[in-house]
Amino acid sequence: MRKTILSLGLAAVIGLVAPAAQASEGLALPKLSWSFSAPFGTYDRAALQRGFQVYKEVCAACHSMSLLAYRDLQDLGYNEAEVKAIAAQYEVTDGPNDQGEMFQRPAVPSDRFKAPFPNVQAAKAANNGAAPPDLSLMAKARVGGPDYIHALMIGYENAPAGFAMQPGLNYNKYFPGNQIAMPAPINPDGVTFADGTKATVDQQAKDVANFLMWAAEPKLEQRHRMGAQVILFLLLLSVVLYIAKRKIWSDVH
Amino acid sequence: MAFQSDNKVIKWIEYRLPIFTLLDHAVGTYPAPKNLSYWWNFGSLAGLMLVVQIVTGIVLVMHYTPHTSLAFTSVEHIMRDVNYGWLIRYIHMNGASFFFIAVYFHIFRGLYYGSYKAPRELLWFLGIIIYLLMMATAFMGYVLPWGQMSFWGATVITNLFSAIPVVGESIVTLLWGGFSVGNPTLNRLFSLHYLLPFIIVGLVILHIWALHQHGSNNPLGIDKKDSRDTIPFHPYYTIKDLFGIAVFLLVFSIFLFYSPNFFGEPDNYIEANPLVTPAHIVPEWYLLPFYAILRSVPSKLGGVILMFAAILILFVLPWLDTSRVRSAKFRPVYKQFFWIFLANCLLLGVVGAKPPEGIWVLIGRLATVYYFAHFLVICPLVGWFERPRPLPTSINEAVLPKAAAAAGE
Ligand code: HEC
Ligand code: HEM
Repeated sequence: MRKTILSLGLAAVIGLVAPAAQASEGLALPKLSWSFSAPFGTYDRAALQRGFQVYKEVCAACHSMSLLAYRDLQDLGYNEAEVKAIAAQYEVTDGPNDQGEMFQRPAVPSDRFKAPFPNVQAAKAANNGAAPPDLSLMAKARVGGPDYIHALMIGYENAPAGFAMQPGLNYNKYFPGNQIAMPAPINPDGVTFADGTKATVDQQAKDVANFLMWAAEPKLEQRHRMGAQVILFLLLLSVVLYIAKRKIWSDVH
Repeated sequence: MAFQSDNKVIKWIEYRLPIFTLLDHAVGTYPAPKNLSYWWNFGSLAGLMLVVQIVTGIVLVMHYTPHTSLAFTSVEHIMRDVNYGWLIRYIHMNGASFFFIAVYFHIFRGLYYGSYKAPRELLWFLGIIIYLLMMATAFMGYVLPWGQMSFWGATVITNLFSAIPVVGESIVTLLWGGFSVGNPTLNRLFSLHYLLPFIIVGLVILHIWALHQHGSNNPLGIDKKDSRDTIPFHPYYTIKDLFGIAVFLLVFSIFLFYSPNFFGEPDNYIEANPLVTPAHIVPEWYLLPFYAILRSVPSKLGGVILMFAAILILFVLPWLDTSRVRSAKFRPVYKQFFWIFLANCLLLGVVGAKPPEGIWVLIGRLATVYYFAHFLVICPLVGWFERPRPLPTSINEAVLPKAAAAAGE
């Protein structure tokens, strides 16, 4: 009796956890094996650099990443000079100067990523009324995380016959509701990767998902490393304390 | 019974303020039943998590900004720029969940072994008040990062008070500090989120004081008779608690380091936006059973009343349970109902996470009715009609044959 009830309870709890994964009510997302998922997982630096290139050359036309600064890119394996050069490609507004005027200057590594639009209204106006969301935390802000981002990028199709599309929207089989304001952003060979990797849609989608995961969780590698040390320590401590407990308790009963 | 020491400093202090005697009575020579099982570890674990939450919370406040335009980015600043800020924030975030895990084990332990019965009713009351304040504290903390779930959770929960007749609307305006959830709301919740944990500390001290008046209950549920039934708290239970802490922290670490967002909602990584309502507004997992009860009642006021009644009913449990036997070990019928009740609570949790439509509405209503029936009907009736198994005459006697058998093997 007790076992049955307990297993029913357990099944109920699993039922509680599982729906979160299906909350989007859409098609099941293709599950990829990411280099960072495993307990000792780390980011794939080459994929991050390619992903950053996709963001920079494609997504940045519409999406801001306001939580990132150019100096954060050193994490991707760029050296200081390279980061300086990347930042210098952007003009940012600074000031006021001694005359009380705002002025333009090239960005420096401590500047935040330059946003494509000055405000939400401008972003909406340029995108049919739907503002492209900030991508800094996107990989943690959707069920499925990087799997979802990858799926969204490859999920564009012609709407099935009879599907009532609203004008200005695009059919995407993985987007909840299937109608998304973002036009298919990734084109085959839309970017040219410096490392010679072939820029298929799937490749770019994976790389940009890698990059966005890093952007959302930049301390993941440090966390994984520290976790292994802490857990090893606690395992040893538990064993020692258990032996001590047995010893101290040996005269009871 | 005063604490003895040859140390000059200790003697000097002890003569003026007998603090060492107090501590010695609390965790030194304090006689504890010798048969406490590992289910008795969760009290010290809950205490540990309270300290962890306070310490990490104080560090978070050093970097957090309680303003609607800055709160979300200040939490991300903690995650990205503050040294080990990600660790502190993730400990606090997952620590809340593990605090509730410890407390839920602790409460159900009490329900199973009848720890709420005389003479421990006040001890039980203090526990319920601590639990209520924990829920309030955790709810307010969840608002602080000012994500979508923070904002909409706060909106839904504060709106509940508008169901109160006559004064409801005024109470909501008072809670909000305006006419919608906004900056004044965030500020008062922040202030109270800082305050309540310290009130909890005070209540925990009273809780332990009340505990030490009659001592711990035990798996047999019978009173201790003489010194053969007890052992000093130190070193026996200090080492056992320490071992429990190490194991608990081990499990905690697995989530903290390898799945820190397991208990969270992705929507809370989107900054609060009063113009966009999330598809499903759900509270944190530890509040889900009560959320399910709330939504099971078609009337808003009725739902609010039932939700609070679900917790307040625990206050009358010592009198609703009419059995004189404490431990479910000797109560064959109650024991079955205990496990059904536990499964029903888990089921309510599942219902709370589902959108209130279709079959879930019906399941939620049935589970709610059962929840109250357990206390109002089953507990009194089982107490009357059940024939408990014979109780052992003393703790020592009940423990001895087991030890003898173990030695014989
Ligand atoms: C032409 C402008 C444009 C470009 C270029 C663009 N996006 Fe978008 N994106 C949008 C808009 C507009 C939305 C809002 C869609 C909506 O809510 O219907 C959006 C939404 C999204 C979302 C959120 C979907 C959701 O679940 O709400 C993601 C993720 C995303 N874009 C990723 C990308 C990535 C990655 C790139 C680069 C490869 C990219 N976008 C390039 C305009 C753009
Ligand atoms: C009973 C103990 C406590 C519980 C259960 C608790 C719970 C919580 C929860 C659930 C959150 C939201 C975490 C998130 O999703 O990010 C939170 C945030 C926060 N808490 Fe606490 N807390 C406790 C004690 C404290 C104390 C004592 C302080 C201050 C001294 C504090 C300061 C904060 C701050 C600044 C935040 C916002 C930062 C963040 O969201 O990470 N907490 N708390």
